[in-house]
Amino acid sequence: MKILVCISSVPDTTSKINFTADKSAFDKNGIQWVINPLDEFALTKAVKLQESQGATVTVINVGDAGTEPVIRKALAIGANDAVRVNLDPKDSYSTAKEIAAVAQSGGYDLILCGKESIDYNGGSVPGMVAQLLNQPFVNASVGLDVNGNEATAVREIEGGKETISVKLPAIIAGQKGLVDEKDLIIPNMRGIMSARTKPLQVVEPASSEVKVQGVSYDSVPPRAAVKMVSPDNLDELVRLLHEEAKVI
Amino acid sequence: MAVFVYAENINGVYKKAAFEAVSYAKAVADKAGDTVTAISVNPTDSSDLLYKYGASNVINIKDEGLKNFSAKAFAQAVNEVANGNIIVFPHTTDASSVAPMLAIMKNYSLITNALEAPESLSPFQVKRRAFSGKGFMHAKAEGNGVIVTVSQNAFGVKENAVSGSEEVKNLSVANDDTKVISHEQSSGKLDLKEAEVVVSAGRGMKGPENWGMVEDLANVLGAATACSKPVSDIGWRPHTEHVGQTGKAISPNLYIAIGISGAIQHLAGVNSSKTIVVINNDAEAPFFKSADYGVVGDAFQIIPALTEKIKAIKG
Ligand SMILES: Cc1cc2nc3c(=O)[nH]c(=O)nc-3n(C[C@H](O)[C@H](O)[C@H](O)COP(=O)(O)OP(=O)(O)OC[C@H]3O[C@@H](n4cnc5c(N)ncnc54)[C@H](O)[C@@H]3O)c2cc1C
Repeated sequence: MKILVCISSVPDTTSKINFTADKSAFDKNGIQWVINPLDEFALTKAVKLQESQGATVTVINVGDAGTEPVIRKALAIGANDAVRVNLDPKDSYSTAKEIAAVAQSGGYDLILCGKESIDYNGGSVPGMVAQLLNQPFVNASVGLDVNGNEATAVREIEGGKETISVKLPAIIAGQKGLVDEKDLIIPNMRGIMSARTKPLQVVEPASSEVKVQGVSYDSVPPRAAVKMVSPDNLDELVRLLHEEAKVI
Repeated sequence: MAVFVYAENINGVYKKAAFEAVSYAKAVADKAGDTVTAISVNPTDSSDLLYKYGASNVINIKDEGLKNFSAKAFAQAVNEVANGNIIVFPHTTDASSVAPMLAIMKNYSLITNALEAPESLSPFQVKRRAFSGKGFMHAKAEGNGVIVTVSQNAFGVKENAVSGSEEVKNLSVANDDTKVISHEQSSGKLDLKEAEVVVSAGRGMKGPENWGMVEDLANVLGAATACSKPVSDIGWRPHTEHVGQTGKAISPNLYIAIGISGAIQHLAGVNSSKTIVVINNDAEAPFFKSADYGVVGDAFQIIPALTEKIKAIKG
């Protein structure tokens, strides 16, 4: 079985998000880059399938050379090889097109992604790739088993969950629950050393059409100063919520 | 510019997210000088509910094959009837799975997580959630068709009654790429993403056995419950309740955070709540910096007392 895992390189979760002075772009200064945390669940799941079923795991990232440390980290976690499409992605559509092009020629049985990236929060790439490849798509997956050419996926639904079977090849977008948090793999020294010699292929983009542009960005406006209420005067809290904030 | 909206139903019943999406579509249509056509798949609820928010046409797709959800089959069905150049979806789990597939089918631009009515229609430009709530992006669509998903609880539900008419469309879309094995719906529980009030607790609660008081407070407020990430990691609460950068992003009118430190990743998912109340025994907890109201004290004393006081005024 051949698995392709889509990896996005995103600002570390502790990052303060700043924009350039003219607000036209995200300011990358001083940012540490990590594997998108939701993609990490997908990657760990793939590595588990590699161990249990002898699958091969390829990671793909659409990004400029600056994303290579994050790709190497994915290799250290256990992917067999990697593809980087040499394009600084501008929107979900252009990213999905490149992933679909690589997937098409690679003949993968399963494509795993995170359900959204924590930077642009598009949540669109997995569904777009599925449609571009004309393959079934399961979103918000919190469980997955593979048996031959069929997968059983558990997906989150509003107020519950649903277990479904899906014929491979298919695309599954995962989140926390796809694997347990405690099972996320932290690369060890051997993994890090071997990642250096694993193949990382760089391919040029197939097209550069963009459908959505980020015109400008805003920071979150600060909240007014907090009003502190004594724990001995909860009546006052209730009054404030009722009369001032009008939320109860 | 014909405006279409996908009015999602759960087991035939419209949810708040559908009314919010229709309300949004109505605002877009008013700007465009056009009307709203709502699309629903196998609803059992009356279309009157959608006229109330501004849909003057409702297309009810009847398709036995679409009893079970499949993103692709639903996208195909919507594709057959949505003949407009603006299509609105709620950003629910299912709708936001259909939207990207439809965008490819129609060769339209897709803007997700819109927070406000569009800033302009041609080109379509709108403020959207980005950086997990740590920033906003003004996104502009290229080309002449756009699909937009509306972040839940952002635009709000706005009554705007129009007289409407309903059309039934019988389809039979192939739906064989996925097969449902089992379906579990927890009944009677408020949907976290739709809730107006959310009571959330963190590691400060010490253990799952103490959640009864959190639920009591939520009950008197008619609130949904949520938790911080470590709480669901340890298994004190289901991970569906985990809010934050890597969990759910919510924007209720009132968010009460108890025994939660207020780490940047937690804030990312809740800082668009309209009013935030923080209860923490550590006066230095970072969450106080992002709160509207704060109480320094022991959660185990404050929660029951607060529950009683709210019960009293709710009478
Ligand atoms: C990649 C990544 C992603 C993450 N994503 C998320 C996310 O999406 N959501 C999220 O929540 N976190 C996330 N985190 C974790 C985050 O950094 C914090 O660790 C987490 O939010 C802390 O949870 P907590 O406040 O419940 O626990 P703690 O940090 O342990 O804080 C507990 C708080 O309870 C208070 N307390 C203790 N006893 C009492 C009492 N008796 N009465 C009142 N108060 C009391 C303490 O003073 C303290 O402030 C993420 C971390 C990483 C690395």
